[in-house]
Amino acid sequence: MTVLDIPTQGTLTSRPYQITTVRHQTHDIVTIDVAPQQHPIAFRPGQFDMVYVYGIGEAAISISSDPATPGLLSHTIRAVGWVTRALNDLQPGTTIGIRGPYGRPWPMEEAEGKDLVIIAGGIGLAPVRPAIVEALRYRERYGRIVLLKGARSPRDLVFRDDLDRWHADRGIDVHVTVDSAVRGWSGRVGVVTKLIPRVPFDPENCVVLTCGPEVMMWFSAEALLKRGVPPERIYVTLERNMKCGVGSCGHCQLGPVFLCRDGPVFSWPEVAGLLDVREL
Amino acid sequence: MGAPAAQPTTGPAVLSEDGFARLLERLHNEGYEVLGPTVGDQAIVHGAVTEVDDLPRGWGDEQAPGHYRLVRRDDEAYFGFAVGPSSAKRTLFPARQPLWTAESRDDANFEIIETERPQRRFAFFGLRPCEVAAIAVQDRVLLHGVVPDEVYTANRSDVLLIAVECGAPAATCFCRSMGTGPGMESGADLILTELLDGDHRFLVRAGTRAGEELLEHLEHTEATEEDLAARREVLASAVARLERQLDTTDIHGLLMGNLDHPRWDAIAERCLACANCTLVCPTCFCTTVEDRTDLAGTWASRERRWDSCFSLEFTHTGPASVRNSTRSRYRQWLTHKLATWIDQFDTSGCVGCGRCITWCPVGIDLTEEVDVIRRTSEDKVAPWPMVPSPLQEG
Repeated sequence: MTVLDIPTQGTLTSRPYQITTVRHQTHDIVTIDVAPQQHPIAFRPGQFDMVYVYGIGEAAISISSDPATPGLLSHTIRAVGWVTRALNDLQPGTTIGIRGPYGRPWPMEEAEGKDLVIIAGGIGLAPVRPAIVEALRYRERYGRIVLLKGARSPRDLVFRDDLDRWHADRGIDVHVTVDSAVRGWSGRVGVVTKLIPRVPFDPENCVVLTCGPEVMMWFSAEALLKRGVPPERIYVTLERNMKCGVGSCGHCQLGPVFLCRDGPVFSWPEVAGLLDVREL
Repeated sequence: MGAPAAQPTTGPAVLSEDGFARLLERLHNEGYEVLGPTVGDQAIVHGAVTEVDDLPRGWGDEQAPGHYRLVRRDDEAYFGFAVGPSSAKRTLFPARQPLWTAESRDDANFEIIETERPQRRFAFFGLRPCEVAAIAVQDRVLLHGVVPDEVYTANRSDVLLIAVECGAPAATCFCRSMGTGPGMESGADLILTELLDGDHRFLVRAGTRAGEELLEHLEHTEATEEDLAARREVLASAVARLERQLDTTDIHGLLMGNLDHPRWDAIAERCLACANCTLVCPTCFCTTVEDRTDLAGTWASRERRWDSCFSLEFTHTGPASVRNSTRSRYRQWLTHKLATWIDQFDTSGCVGCGRCITWCPVGIDLTEEVDVIRRTSEDKVAPWPMVPSPLQEG
């Protein structure tokens, strides 16, 4: 008889949470709040949860709320697949399942004493929002805080209230741009990466968090490197199909790493060579 | 395996055929579900073994790339064959695993019902050394990962391993290249060697204190110098028959430095992306989850099942799949098995059992593919400092 002494953990079992608020951000993006009084989920900026819709399935969704208030947990979801479409249709009062948090967070400690540059494309603002909120709470820990926010069009802009509020906040320098404008848009037009050479921050003493489509992060990194930002100070967060969140289902592999377990946040030198290989 | 304090102290022993039958009896009496080789579906598969007559006595196999046949042997060997398509994975990490269910009394709310996992005692009887090695690999992945897997842990917690050294490797085997066979010194509770010279008998060595206790309850004799010589003869003839090899010299650098090698395209022209290799592989662990409800929606279940990196859906994210081509999917499988597995789990994912070669419907042979890449690689070894840090944080 060989009895192994290993603790069993019900890690793949969700906990039910009731939706308190549903906020429609755009035509296909929604923010769902739950108020986990009994089982608050303490998380760090950049971490994600596995969110379950009854009878339909789970999806990996990054947490978009303030890490200082684990009693209010938000997930911002774009309708792209079965589960995320179902999440976009849910009403307040509905129960969803949540397990987490998972993954390596943004390097908030490393950014202390330096300029904090955040580059977000589309719904990519959601995973960096907790980082922005936290940095503004502890404003004195950072140098300049710069947000470069891109969207396909004005109607695809998420967290408009936040963007307005941050615009008015002298603690953060916000630049918003859209790929293509519509009538009535008086802001910037052009891809977000074009802003990188121009906005004021110290390339030699900064930490950059980027989140968006891989191609956007790739061109952002190129522009940042050109400006003199050391590669190891550039961070990206990656997305792949995920079924478990704990590095055991195999789906989110990118070469040697499991995105869920070793990421989703990576420094540029860790993944640049991997992202450069087609279909890896 | 067992704690260091529980190392066995007895030397090699010999069991007669009768003693061998008693060993099986004893396992049943101790409440084990005994699983071992049986003849089923015209192959040798893991099945319930209640008595020695359930074993494939007198059967052998004939294996080649894309080829498997049972053949009659001209002796009465109990273990005269190499590994078949099934492995301990089917028991310890089954193809379908219920995760949890939920019940809903109205449209908006549900309750989660956790799945109970009854404590079971498994004895694996007649595992080849490569199969014991495969269990050790799965232990690394599913027991000693960041989070122990709940299903594997429940099944693995009370398991006895009775190994039989391999005297009958197939033409597709390459265990020696992977350091997993045909003989073994440790890793199982009991290690048997079937001796067919003279009296049909088994040389037995205890690998753990648990194995030793089993042996103490069985009538046995001390092994003689002739018995030990007979074992050496069995292993030597097995080694002589192992024709396939995989040169693992810096295999990580070789494969990861050749992700754009034209050979991947050539393989993709033959590969059907059928996933057979991942299903028969004793270490492949990828899974997906299936959600189901009853018609009224009052009940929902989540069931995990084996998945394969050969399927197009495997990497489906948002609008598209990451690995669309068969080329990229075969490359993922092979580089993971032989290279990045080492980054992730500090061991190769391959034990050299040859199942993926035998059960590939078009006979793709990974040893041949690696060899071609090695012979035609321009810079044989590529630098691989790409991702050192996150894995070391552990």
